[in-house]
Amino acid sequence: MTRPRDPLVCAPAPAADLLLRQAHVLDPRSDIDAPHDVLVREGQIAEIGAPGSLKAPAGVRVIEAAGRHLFPGFVDPHVHLRTPGQEYKESIATGTAAAAAGGFVQIIAMPNTAPTIDSSAVLEAVRALATQQAVVPVGVLASITIGLGGRELTEMAALSDLGALGFTDDGKPVTSAAMLRRALQYQRLCGGVIALHEEDPDLSGAGVMHEGAVSARLGLTGIPSISESTYVARDAAVAIYEGAAMHFQHLSAAESVVALAAAQDAAQASGARLSGEATPHHLTLTDATVRSLDSRFKMNPPLRTEADRQAVIEGLRSGVIACIATDHAPHARHEKEQPFEVAPMGTTGLETAFASVLTDLVRPGVLPLALVVERITAGGTLYGLEPPRIRVGAPANLTLVDLEATWDVGADGYVSRSANCCFHGRRLHGVVALTVAAGTVAFDTAKAPLTQEELA
Amino acid sequence: MSGQSRHLLSVEDLERPDIERILARAGSFAEVSGREIKKVPALRGRTVVNLFYESSTRTSSSFELAAKRLSADVVNIRSAGSSVDKGESLRDTVQTLSAYDPAAIVIRSPHAGAAQLVAGWTDAAVINAGDGKHEHPTQALLDVFTLQERIGALDGRRIWIVGDVLHSRVARSNILAFTRMGAEVTLAGPPTLLPRGIETLGARVSARLDGLEAADVVYVLRMQNERMEAAYIPTLREYAQRYQINPARLRPGQLLMHPGPVNRGVELSADAIDSPVSLIGAQVKAGVAVRMAVLFELLASSPTLAVAA
Repeated sequence: MTRPRDPLVCAPAPAADLLLRQAHVLDPRSDIDAPHDVLVREGQIAEIGAPGSLKAPAGVRVIEAAGRHLFPGFVDPHVHLRTPGQEYKESIATGTAAAAAGGFVQIIAMPNTAPTIDSSAVLEAVRALATQQAVVPVGVLASITIGLGGRELTEMAALSDLGALGFTDDGKPVTSAAMLRRALQYQRLCGGVIALHEEDPDLSGAGVMHEGAVSARLGLTGIPSISESTYVARDAAVAIYEGAAMHFQHLSAAESVVALAAAQDAAQASGARLSGEATPHHLTLTDATVRSLDSRFKMNPPLRTEADRQAVIEGLRSGVIACIATDHAPHARHEKEQPFEVAPMGTTGLETAFASVLTDLVRPGVLPLALVVERITAGGTLYGLEPPRIRVGAPANLTLVDLEATWDVGADGYVSRSANCCFHGRRLHGVVALTVAAGTVAFDTAKAPLTQEELA
Repeated sequence: MSGQSRHLLSVEDLERPDIERILARAGSFAEVSGREIKKVPALRGRTVVNLFYESSTRTSSSFELAAKRLSADVVNIRSAGSSVDKGESLRDTVQTLSAYDPAAIVIRSPHAGAAQLVAGWTDAAVINAGDGKHEHPTQALLDVFTLQERIGALDGRRIWIVGDVLHSRVARSNILAFTRMGAEVTLAGPPTLLPRGIETLGARVSARLDGLEAADVVYVLRMQNERMEAAYIPTLREYAQRYQINPARLRPGQLLMHPGPVNRGVELSADAIDSPVSLIGAQVKAGVAVRMAVLFELLASSPTLAVAA
């Protein structure tokens, strides 16, 4: 279905004119994996040539990029920008700046704000703010139900007309399968993917971490894997029945990957489209980290076991899980500085996503770099967005990364307004040098970063 | 501990020699408690803050007595009626109290890891007096002390911990302490109250009391009414039928322990509580001497100081 409005919005910025010389260009979709010169004129990729072959026209900035990798810009389908209502955690300005610092050129914001993005007025207000503040284009999901309450559908058609990319009650499951079914039926009118946070609230109970040996040791109430996987299986069956487009957010449990793979097989005849995402933290960390009782490792879904982590990695490799999503969930210091059981769930992730996956999965040889680049640029395609491409004529969506350089997470603070990063203190490989989003320079280490005051 | 840690947050902070050293000193302090004047000057002029975010009788009173018998100044803070009640954060409360320059903060909290957090915010030595369902290390120490006084070394002894393991910080600390001291631990209780994965702590797990006769010690956990309301067990009646420890289930020579407070007629029958094999009274008595030893270990113990007792 055609969208009357551009679903991505950002603040106007000057179009870039750049010559990236001798960068190692890696774009799996364009089948490029070799050093090239890339010329960007007025925000578009104008020319791709052999290394050292392109000359910079007058007024074009030259970046000597030998030894660094140039990727299509990353896309994050799962970000909490906390706006409106919780700007003390994050704003559109700080959140999109953090995205750019992490190499992301498009992000999709979740609607569990205060108030919820469940009406035309709130959606319009968020998009209007983004046109003033966003340094990378932002797409917005509206909620499935009013106030995430699970009882009344939002005006999905009107919200879709106003640019909502899809719908989610993320942060909460849609507990009523009948309510979910109605939303899926309504999808035939309004389009847009239904994205789901899968969790059976009865099985999760008052759980604060994965249920297993570590929760048993710590005396923390566990969230069993079946809390997620039973909902994945249930909702996939409803989607298949309705031939709907459904996306499963932040999959964490081995059982969920199995359930999704089986449902994808079953969906082929029905026309249903089932996709999944995985976060960098579920791909690289386990519940063993919670032994520290550090609330940075408290997130929902929780970090699970090594077997779960391996299953999520295999899901990403096989394509059952189509993309990497950060679930960037900023919280203020005073909120996280509480006992584990009391602290809110969530970790930031935009600034560390690529580096953590590079460090823990690509460098040890678990996943090929090209596959990771494909998965970390695929988050928009399931919502109908064109993936960033490095090819002549495409808008410049580019991320330049030094894969060999290291940095200490949090040592120089964060671009995000919040510091609750589960990789805090880790030394990671992969330093983003330049991010070009929608043809404009969104992040550039050659320039002094903006302060929190300037971003405010 | 063992000269490395200034805090007692978990039994994991203690190696077997640390436990033996602390309990040897507790033995000396137990002797002090038998004197007419039950005081030693070890902590004179120093301040111990008891910060209790949960109701407690035994633990709070024995910590208070322990500090006073070491001649410390003691401040007791309970959440009801304090700034905590007015919404002050744990961090702010601890920083406020730290302004009084306490030598030790003893904290009881409904939340796992609270003592560890406090340790990061204060210069005082921090003693975990129970954090959520996580740990209660001084209870474990006094239980080992009580048992050793009665039966000597725990090596090879079989200890059954019976009841609601899921919600019990005592169970977790005691599994660690008993196994460190060489005992073999079995956990028995309703399957709904035995947490998945608990066997990784090195204990055997059983849903039945079959084989209980092999135990040297039966350590019974508190069974709360709320567990029935939350449908962990169908009724307290069925619980009592299956798991209550009473004289019919005990063989001669077995010892009985319970961290208190007891629900008479639920996890323990009244005649079991009052029988000669019950160490429940001895556990309470040991609480003061063992907590004196812990305070002494953290605050006064050093090669240059003579043992005050």
